[in-house]
Amino acid sequence: MKQYVIIGNGVAAVGCIEGIRSVDKDGKITVVSEEKHAVYGRPLISYYLENKTDLEHINYRPADFYEKNGCEVIYGKKAVKIDSEKKSVTLDDKTVLSYDSVCVATGSSPFVPPFEGLDTVEKKFSFMTLDDTLALESAIDENSKVLIVGAGLIGLKCAEGLHFRVAEITVCDLADRVLSSILDNECAEIMQNHLEQNGIKFMLNDSAEKFSKNTAFMKSGKTVEFDVLVLAVGVRANVSLASALGASVNRGIVVDERMQTTVSNVYSAGDCTEGNDISCDEKRVLALLPNAYMQGFTAGANMGGGDKVFDNAIPMNSIGFFGLHVMTAGSYDGEMFEEKTENKLKRLFTKDNCLKGFILIGDTERVGIYTSLIREKTPLDSIDFETLKKVATYTAFSAKTRRKKFGGVV
Amino acid sequence: MKRVYVNEEWCLGCHLCEYNCAFANSGMKDMVTALKDKPIFPRIHVEGDEKISYAVSCRHCTDPICVKSCIAGAISKNDGVVEIDQSKCVGCLTCVLVCPVGALAPSESGIMQKCELCLKNSCGEPACAKGCPNNAIVYEERGEAE
Repeated sequence: MKQYVIIGNGVAAVGCIEGIRSVDKDGKITVVSEEKHAVYGRPLISYYLENKTDLEHINYRPADFYEKNGCEVIYGKKAVKIDSEKKSVTLDDKTVLSYDSVCVATGSSPFVPPFEGLDTVEKKFSFMTLDDTLALESAIDENSKVLIVGAGLIGLKCAEGLHFRVAEITVCDLADRVLSSILDNECAEIMQNHLEQNGIKFMLNDSAEKFSKNTAFMKSGKTVEFDVLVLAVGVRANVSLASALGASVNRGIVVDERMQTTVSNVYSAGDCTEGNDISCDEKRVLALLPNAYMQGFTAGANMGGGDKVFDNAIPMNSIGFFGLHVMTAGSYDGEMFEEKTENKLKRLFTKDNCLKGFILIGDTERVGIYTSLIREKTPLDSIDFETLKKVATYTAFSAKTRRKKFGGVV
Repeated sequence: MKRVYVNEEWCLGCHLCEYNCAFANSGMKDMVTALKDKPIFPRIHVEGDEKISYAVSCRHCTDPICVKSCIAGAISKNDGVVEIDQSKCVGCLTCVLVCPVGALAPSESGIMQKCELCLKNSCGEPACAKGCPNNAIVYEERGEAE
């Protein structure tokens, strides 16, 4: 009977478990979970603050998931070493777990810059885990003034989640726009205006330089008074276990299409890895939940003796704030097609006869048709792209393709 | 297993499937009370142009990307049917972002809903196919079983 060890207990780990079980029903699976919770939907923590989910529904899998899949989960322990010679993983309590194959699914951690005076701030939080969220929740009340450092996906979802529970929220960022990792200037402005209309204050092109108790001193010379500080500057892939092992590591752990690292029998999946973004053919950390699952499943299937590749990863995000949704995918490279009306915007980017990326704000009907064009690298001259640009619809495809999709098993 | 299939050459573009779907999932006994003078949110929609029309609903894909992408773990595939646990959905629309055929749209509340083949509502079989006047939507076995 094979022995599998999965380091990490997030969505990539679930993918890995389900991948292993797709080929090996019997092997022993041990999951090392630093967090003392069964797997939960990590992006749901902001929805928890917003009361759109609760501690029961935030679970990513049913309560009997581990048992049904024959997994032993070791909670509250951390893996400190992988020995690829002895094929073992050592935990922080000196437990040694032997493996035939191991998956490093250690995720990422908040990056906290060395702010002067940060140690004088009493109520300061990251916003990555359920425990962060519960601690933040217990620190706020309806009179709280909250300062969030970082106007990215994490900082802004935190702002939305806290919005109706606190008195005031200010978000600052060194970048000149919100959501700078996924939006260009004009799109960011639409989202910023919408967030401001809902009461979120911004200080962009500016960030905290130092703190003294309840005061932030900004680069611009301004000061901000706050009760609660949330640090959402950015994240870093947790690569230390893999790099100590001698596996190749860049900004994330290097994996091939089978999710194997450069060390044999060691696989990796999720936010700690570097994937191949096929929309621009570049290696980058794609810290996205769907990507984590698909990488995890691929790793698991191969660990179990199968042969699976995951070779069509792209960045993609669906995120909404106060009812206004924005969806993005791929790379914003090439020729741009644009359609704009009030609070609605569509930008499609094409290059080399393929759709490479898009930004859509407001109208998100059937967007998946665009996403699949990017992932499948569909040649645009094989479809009626003039129609498709305006409306995402299968009428733009050949009758043959359409009949296969809607009249056959897909 | 049986699935909903579309014969586009027979589709009249009458949209009756949308009404039958909305009614079957309304939980109400009378179609007029359920639908009259209300916006409807069916789980199937008719697309087309001046030449062709056809109905689009969940394909219950062999390898469903919505299941893998749902940030809440709310979508799962059970006995061949892709189902959503609405109590877990937070309305992030990631499934809309990834569905390759554009079959998914949110309910009136913003929470996602999807075709579950009417197996759990009072219709008991897909209302779209049952009520299609021209056999443009059928519920049958085609291709390999799962």
